[in-house]
Amino acid sequence: MNKINSILLSLFFICFSLESHATLEIYITEGVNNARPIGIVPFHVSAGTVLPSSIDEVVAADLTRSGKFFALNRQQMPQLPKSDSEVDYSEWAASGAEALLIGHVQQQGADEFKVSLQLLDVIRGQITGGQTQMRSNGQLVTNRDHILDEWSWVISGDDFRQYAHRISDIIYEKLTGEKGAFLTQIAYIIVRDSETEAKPFQLIVADYDGKNENVLLRSNEPLMSPSWSPDGRKLAYVSFENKKPQIFIQDIYTGSRTMITDFPGINGAPTFSPDGNQLAMVLSKDGNPEIYVMDLASKRLRQITRNRAIDTEPSWSPDGKHLIFSSERGGKPQIYRVNLNTGKTRRVTFEGDMNLGGTYTPDGTQMVMVNRTRGNYHIAKQGVDSGDMLVLTKTFLDESPSLAPNGSMIIYSTLHEGRQVLSLVSLDGRFKARLPVSEGQVKSPSWSPFL
Amino acid sequence: MQLKKVLKGLVITLPLVTVMACTSTDNGVDEAAAKEAAAAQAAADQAARDAEAEKAEIMAMQQREQMEAEQRAKDLATLEQDQVVYFDFDTSNLTSSARAILSKHAQFLAANPSQSIVIEGHCDRRGTPEYNIALGERRAKSIQTYLLNANVSSSQMSVVSYGEEKPVANGTSQSAFAQNRRGVLVYQ
Repeated sequence: MNKINSILLSLFFICFSLESHATLEIYITEGVNNARPIGIVPFHVSAGTVLPSSIDEVVAADLTRSGKFFALNRQQMPQLPKSDSEVDYSEWAASGAEALLIGHVQQQGADEFKVSLQLLDVIRGQITGGQTQMRSNGQLVTNRDHILDEWSWVISGDDFRQYAHRISDIIYEKLTGEKGAFLTQIAYIIVRDSETEAKPFQLIVADYDGKNENVLLRSNEPLMSPSWSPDGRKLAYVSFENKKPQIFIQDIYTGSRTMITDFPGINGAPTFSPDGNQLAMVLSKDGNPEIYVMDLASKRLRQITRNRAIDTEPSWSPDGKHLIFSSERGGKPQIYRVNLNTGKTRRVTFEGDMNLGGTYTPDGTQMVMVNRTRGNYHIAKQGVDSGDMLVLTKTFLDESPSLAPNGSMIIYSTLHEGRQVLSLVSLDGRFKARLPVSEGQVKSPSWSPFL
Repeated sequence: MQLKKVLKGLVITLPLVTVMACTSTDNGVDEAAAKEAAAAQAAADQAARDAEAEKAEIMAMQQREQMEAEQRAKDLATLEQDQVVYFDFDTSNLTSSARAILSKHAQFLAANPSQSIVIEGHCDRRGTPEYNIALGERRAKSIQTYLLNANVSSSQMSVVSYGEEKPVANGTSQSAFAQNRRGVLVYQ
């Protein structure tokens, strides 16, 4: 029965997603759907206004993609109110929606649009009927506490998507108490067809939803491991453009780039420290892959690991005091943690054949990693203190997990129908989505900090 | 071949020259002067013969070198057709067939110390990209160690790992994985 329910539920979501946002593929594979219904009412558009694009569709897709909400489609909405006064709160309460966004767009100039919005609390509205008058200090005042927020902006057509993400951020934070990550970006590598592209390896920065792809670098040799600076201005990455791996740092806005390392052997896995002053990396210049930390101002290196086994994939704790990394020192690769002050190192993962590619959640309480159990590579999380591990994904050959800056969602690379694509999974594992991508193999996603 | 032709030419032309010299004495010229001229002529002839011989020798040497170069190019072409060795999953151990291939390369490289190679290490898609870079390096280095032990100079070899970044076979079949787990000897 439960199974049938979940199948029906996923069918419903597939249809729903095809209908309202053709580019977003959503599938909920199992478990109880705990996403909260929300009404993003199609914005009312003044006569004579020509919309450059839809804001409400982007907001609905954002909120649904967060896994915390699902935006009702038009058929599920009891009405399409233009303003607060038109809202029938009991009807909306019956639809299950806890909140409602209504908006209005009016063109004011050739490329000037006034966007007015109200976020309404359905439950509160149902209680008060949208208007309550009460006596306060002997005065009759109108209480409109069912309005959670309201705004009005004048924006240009090019800003529509950005403002849509900003609206999603506001709604998400109002309703969850947690900062939204819809205005963030992702960096990743696309490997296009070498038959048709002279420089098939491309470093890309796009909006977190895969839109507005921007190619930062094209190469005829592999590019790897993009990693954001904490100010969101720069990317560190590995390029084989000189037929060997070298670490570069590139300014996203000016495009200027600096070679950081060119040692014999591996120059890999660069990761900025939380303060942005240091870069952790892997070098095999002395014969064996070891973790190093470079002070970026002085370029001085400090060796962190020293043994004959493979040590790789350094990742900083949010306080910058520890690194976790993958090591084969115990046989198969597992995740270890090193205290950067004392050098004290201990193994932290024990479940499965191997664990790789560990990274901390932004609050530092959990780690996310690639777990191999019985030959299957999946994204898993583990409590830093509890040590309990939970496998989150069921996709094939998962790798390169990277967390949203609010810790709500993990983006990772996986194989889907023989192609490497990007997927999302919520930190509780309940919500899973695939990102629409352009041609080629898409890999090494890295989620930006808050921008 | 070329040398024989030159010698044959000398055999035919020398008597002719001598006959011509004799004819000139018949025309009442001083006998001593004639003798002197004949001796000078003989010396000149000898020098010419020496020069020819030397030239022939140089040509022979060049020919030998050319033949050797041709043979080396042929050997190289053969080796380059067999420049890939394959590895089992998650290991850098050389299989017996890998050793058989590498020993041929080792012979050639030891005999041609000016020849340099790049040893590339590659992996299949399983595992993380960073781990595979490390594994690919270990594969390339196990090839390097084999060649070092077979008298190839370390100055002839450099190592680069591409991890899982340059697959030759796409897809996720076992055979695609097997084709991608490889070491490649690239002659420079």
